[in-house]
Amino acid sequence: MTLELSHLQRRFTDFPALDDVSLAIAPGEFLALLGPSGSGKTTLLRILAGLDYPDSGGVSRDGEDFLAMHARERGVGLVFQHYALFRHLNVIENIAFGLRVRPRRSRPSRVEIGERVERLLKRVQLEGLGSRYPAQLSGGQRQRVALARALAVEPDLLLLDEPFGALDAQVRVTLRRWLRELHEDLGLTTVFVTHDQEEALELADRIAVMNNGRIEQVGSPEAIYQQPATPFVCEFIGKINRLSLRCEQGRLAAGNWVLGDDPWQGRHARAIAYVRPEHLALDMPAAQPGWTARLRHVYLAGSIAHLELAVDAPEQTLEADVASEDLARLGLHAGMQLRVAPRSAVVFPQAQDGMPVPGERWTWQADAAVPR
Amino acid sequence: MRRRILPGFNISLGYALAYLGLIVLLPLTALAWKASGIGIAGLLHLLASPRTLAALRLSFGGALLAASINVAAGLLVAWVLVRYRFPGRRLFDALIDLPFALPTAVAGIALTTLYAPNGWLGGWLATLGIKVAYTPLGVLLAMVFVGFPFVVRTLQPVLESLERDVEEAAESLGARRWQTFLRVILPPLLPTLLTGFALALSRAVGEYGSVIFIAGNIPLHSEIAPLLIVQKLEQFDYAGAAALGAVMLLSSFVLLLAISLLQRWSSRWAEPAR
Amino acid sequence: MSMHAPARAPDWSRRLLRGALVLAAVGFMMLFLLLPLATVFVEALRAGVHAYLASIRQPEALAAIRLTLLVAAIAVPLNLVFGVAAAWLMTRFEFRGKALLGALIDLPFSVSPVIAGLVYVLLFGAQGWFGPWLDAHGVRIIFAVPGLVLATVFITLPFVARELIPLMQAQGSDEEQVARVLGANGWQMFFRVTLPNIRWALLYGVLLCNARAMGEFGAVSVVSGHIRGLTTTMPLEVEMRYNEYDFAGAFAVASLLALLALVTLAVKTLLEWRYGDEIAAHAPGGH
Repeated sequence: MTLELSHLQRRFTDFPALDDVSLAIAPGEFLALLGPSGSGKTTLLRILAGLDYPDSGGVSRDGEDFLAMHARERGVGLVFQHYALFRHLNVIENIAFGLRVRPRRSRPSRVEIGERVERLLKRVQLEGLGSRYPAQLSGGQRQRVALARALAVEPDLLLLDEPFGALDAQVRVTLRRWLRELHEDLGLTTVFVTHDQEEALELADRIAVMNNGRIEQVGSPEAIYQQPATPFVCEFIGKINRLSLRCEQGRLAAGNWVLGDDPWQGRHARAIAYVRPEHLALDMPAAQPGWTARLRHVYLAGSIAHLELAVDAPEQTLEADVASEDLARLGLHAGMQLRVAPRSAVVFPQAQDGMPVPGERWTWQADAAVPR
Repeated sequence: MRRRILPGFNISLGYALAYLGLIVLLPLTALAWKASGIGIAGLLHLLASPRTLAALRLSFGGALLAASINVAAGLLVAWVLVRYRFPGRRLFDALIDLPFALPTAVAGIALTTLYAPNGWLGGWLATLGIKVAYTPLGVLLAMVFVGFPFVVRTLQPVLESLERDVEEAAESLGARRWQTFLRVILPPLLPTLLTGFALALSRAVGEYGSVIFIAGNIPLHSEIAPLLIVQKLEQFDYAGAAALGAVMLLSSFVLLLAISLLQRWSSRWAEPAR
Repeated sequence: MSMHAPARAPDWSRRLLRGALVLAAVGFMMLFLLLPLATVFVEALRAGVHAYLASIRQPEALAAIRLTLLVAAIAVPLNLVFGVAAAWLMTRFEFRGKALLGALIDLPFSVSPVIAGLVYVLLFGAQGWFGPWLDAHGVRIIFAVPGLVLATVFITLPFVARELIPLMQAQGSDEEQVARVLGANGWQMFFRVTLPNIRWALLYGVLLCNARAMGEFGAVSVVSGHIRGLTTTMPLEVEMRYNEYDFAGAFAVASLLALLALVTLAVKTLLEWRYGDEIAAHAPGGH
């Protein structure tokens, strides 16, 4: 089952929720819609579910007009952010609901419904809890009931709206892994909405990064992380250092560090370079371009050490990441002087108003062998 | 001795007890005393009397039916007021309390005039062969009138705080509108509906002013129990009046207890689950 | 959760259902609420404005108005003080028998008005407990104003308390405790801290209490004796005129009461609209 979303527009009274959104969803893939609040991801999900309709644009499933079908007929399973379990029904009745409301003709027999529910309970690891009510379950258990309920109607498409948002960190991690296993087991096309990038990067086959109703970039987690396509993606995903560059004599430079030849042939006077913390070399030899920086502070966060570097010219603070075990090996301690330079960067020219121009991205890689 | 942080316990307790004792407890004790004065034989005689039975049947039966109608109509009205926007909604919302604010005698004569054979509605209904004024139907009507606000006002806050995502979940699972309503929306409303029912019932059973004008007040046919009590008082049958009053109170109490138990049962799954 | 009404594809069945429901509800409300109200005024003015005014100016009517005002003027303040005391007691202290006390306060709400009048006749009537004693001392309660006041007090007892209790419960006693710690004595704390916090709910409760007090019929009817000009309140006057077939006259007095009801509703709505959260007007138990 392929889904084709084309040029979806949806506007609420004061702001555009979806602005010319087009996307193709491959059969069986696990797609994450990632973005900050108000980016339109939930709206997109609700349109797929049939709980909302776009102002213009279309969705087709295997060539058929998906939007013309009522939510009931779409074969979609939806898991809500706050589970939306039926409080007055127990777990079994909740899961069986979608099967019980089917018209006589297409309704399975009572025995069959019972068996299906039992199988689902096993799959979501809630055997024995069938007669409990939602009020008697933990958050993680409720979430699994919600999932089982959505799966009971054997949907072609599974939609999850921030499924783990309301759970504790530990439970979240466990359920995340479990969801991925479930997906691999079932092979169901799944779209899930999240604002947690770690979750998206860890779980998804592909990520669609959204902002202000537009899709900024669609790609695999590696592509999103290593080759961010727009300034927003650079700044939203992971940590990033932002550098201002100037075009001088046909070359891009920031202070003592020279990036290379100007790829835009003088059309822009200024540019912005985005450098990931792990792509900062800390031990540049004096012969090569770089900055002098003082290591102001070392923040230890588990296996990674975040280094706060104070650069004099141009005056700014950078963050570099190294493995904690490398701290001793490299002899790094607070207060010392270092020569730093980026090893790779994503560069955008800067327009007159100071905003980066997304259309003219340039990725740069240091060509000379640079010490780690 | 444990000192209380806030002052006024003794004074407010004393005052409240004295006040309640004088205004409520003492008179009710007198009722119980006087009622017991009738003796078991007298009580049985009273209860066996066809007139008494007819009056009790009308008062309680009518009230039960009226409360049921109020639950249905009240649900409809509360639903429409909470869910939909239409011109004049605020006005109607304010008017819901009219039966509560309007003096019962005023309601009584207004309803009677309206449904009398020569009244606006009464005349029209007469052509259909339906007599309302001076019949048990009129009694029912007046009871529905006075009990109406209770159901609506009890339902409104609950309907307003209904979580929409449960309805959307049902829809996404394939339920049709009426299935969603019956299986998902209505069951959690049951305790509230019962509360409204109980309030409307209490009010209707003891209602006097609104009913007395539109009822025919014909013994054995359209005479309500409170009127029978008044009759007995006028005939100086204090014991009889007291006994009948006590019977009414006890019956109401039993009814309300039953409803309260029903409520407890139906809300066993309700709990702030979020 | 869903912060917007979804833009539906044209769903005629849904719109039709909605329209039908709205129509049914509005129709019911108009039939049941507006028509009786309209009837009162139409009938009152049936013989013309002059006859209407003359009817109201009759001495019996004026006496009834005076009496109604008098009874309310005594009963409402009494229940106001009680309501405040009871609310203070119930929401600021823990003690055994609290539930029982709460039930007692709510009791008059579920008692038939006739029974409310009956119990006072049984106490103070000619054959009542205190009847002979009162007779001997020439004190008349039943068939006199004190009886009317007592019956009205009984009926309207819960109104103020029912308004205040949920609100004061929700507000908690933190502010009052702080006041005490800062050195305020009991009355200072009450007038400077408690009262300002509950004033709108108090007003609301007084409003409802007053409306009921002025409009009470059943209980008052039993204890009054229907002595025209002396123990006849406005609702009783309405009944009397109606029974004498003076329909226009009955509706004339009734219209005044109806106006009172409308004013009550208007003020009530205004208070709810402006001070809604300070009233906690949605305590289940209905209004």
